[in-house]
Amino acid sequence: MTDIRYLAPGTLDEAVGAYAAAAGAARILAGGTDLLVQMRAGVVRPGLIVDIKKIAEMTTIEETPEGGFRIGAAVSGARLAEHPRFGKVWPGVLEGINLIGSKQVQGRASPGGNLCNASPAGDSVPAMIAAGAVVTIQGPNGRRQMPVEAVPAGPGRTNLAPGEILVSFTLPPQPAGTGDAYLRMIPRTEMDIAVVGCGACITLEDGVVTQARIGLGAVAPTPLLVGPAAAALIGSRLEEAALAAAAAACSAACRPIDDKRGTIAYRTKVAGVLLRRCVAIAADRAGRA
Amino acid sequence: MAKIHVTTTVNGEPVEFLCEPQQSMLDVLRGPLGLTGSKEGCGSGDCGACSITLDGRLICSCLMLAVEAEGHEIGTIEGMASGDGLHPLQQKFLEMAALQCGICTPGVLIAARALLEKNPDPTETEVRFGLAGNLCRCTGYDKIVRAVLETAAEMRGAKAEMPEAVR
Ligand SMILES: Cc1cc2nc3c(=O)[nH]c(=O)nc-3n(C[C@H](O)[C@H](O)[C@H](O)COP(=O)(O)OP(=O)(O)OC[C@H]3O[C@@H](n4cnc5c(N)ncnc54)[C@H](O)[C@@H]3O)c2cc1C
Ligand code: FES
Ligand code: FES
Repeated sequence: MTDIRYLAPGTLDEAVGAYAAAAGAARILAGGTDLLVQMRAGVVRPGLIVDIKKIAEMTTIEETPEGGFRIGAAVSGARLAEHPRFGKVWPGVLEGINLIGSKQVQGRASPGGNLCNASPAGDSVPAMIAAGAVVTIQGPNGRRQMPVEAVPAGPGRTNLAPGEILVSFTLPPQPAGTGDAYLRMIPRTEMDIAVVGCGACITLEDGVVTQARIGLGAVAPTPLLVGPAAAALIGSRLEEAALAAAAAACSAACRPIDDKRGTIAYRTKVAGVLLRRCVAIAADRAGRA
Repeated sequence: MAKIHVTTTVNGEPVEFLCEPQQSMLDVLRGPLGLTGSKEGCGSGDCGACSITLDGRLICSCLMLAVEAEGHEIGTIEGMASGDGLHPLQQKFLEMAALQCGICTPGVLIAARALLEKNPDPTETEVRFGLAGNLCRCTGYDKIVRAVLETAAEMRGAKAEMPEAVR
């Protein structure tokens, strides 16, 4: 590892310029909890590290005038947890982000890094998908937006074009009666990688589900938006038949791997189980919202 | 290769150093800065032996580049005791023998202090979750957890005894 350069530009334009100019040899540094581990293991050998934490837009959390949130891609889990309002409005998204690693890891790990590292098991992603988060991306050809679920392309790969940097997540304003939740299945209580992760966001009107979004993690090469599970819930009062149909839709969406953490059969079954538990928490929160 | 000049604050003191771009904060603390209290157990964020604070937030110094310290405030175990008095956590760890080999101890203390700053009255479960990023091969954790709970109780008591104005 000779000749690594480090840059910490103060503006996004400078960051994009340097990142794009270095072509494939550069890596973005947010919290470094994936990147520095990979560099140390020799898996990644960047010629240039572009630290994005000096760019104000990437490190701030703001409520939009319409009542949504804009989270800079490099904001740490600890900072998001300290925000006075975010966890009250989006407890599920915060749960997902705060499940990443230990308190030490939380001091640095960002939702942008979690998404761009593109692990199928990234804990913040299913909850972000359920929340309907949209990401803003900036590259040599300007800015564009895409839904969170469109970013991962496969394990370790994203759909960002060369030179593009993920700038922020925008979470939409919530209709009254909305609640969200994230649950993951791990064999221990802390510090492990999800065997299955499930995010749910539910809107209730007089006990009837009017909107639903379900995200699943660790059951396919990328985290999934499970439309059929949401469709099974919408219009229902979360009766057993609707929950069973939604759980079956989650299991049907799974295309998992067999590994030491869980077999294909286990992950497929647990996806349905987590859906039920997660919807119950989201609905409870929606009922109180 | 040209080294990078970094100006930062360590335990409240202004500090300058030169480092390689890929060098970790832990390397620089233990090497050029001679602050060997922070330990390297894994180098991959799993063990917490290298725990420090960055602008008051708990992090692993093995997963931070030293160049990132520019303009920020670093807190290490060397800054935990004030003057010649130990921090109540340090004192309690001694009294209750919450350590054996001691390799994990600086990291545990830094993490425990961060926990109590946020939550002065944690449950046992909260202490165990708060310290989940700190591995200890010796104690079986029980003595550590009990020492943290005991310190928390004592610090709350001390605070309650203070006159209103200085609380
Ligand atoms: C001990 C430990 C435990 C962990 N536990 C978990 C866990 O339980 N769940 C989990 O999901 N993850 C876990 N992780 C993995 C990691 O902490 C998370 O994926 C984290 O969210 C990464 O964020 P970061 O800011 O540190 O990313 P970085 O390491 O800075 O970046 C990760 C990758 O994304 C790229 N990148 C980062 N930001 C951007 C951007 N804005 N635009 C374009 N590319 C970008 C980087 O170049 C790099 O390739 C753990 C890691 C450690 C060390
Ligand atoms: S040495 Fe940093 S976490 Fe183990
Ligand atoms: S006392 Fe030896 S590792 Fe904790």
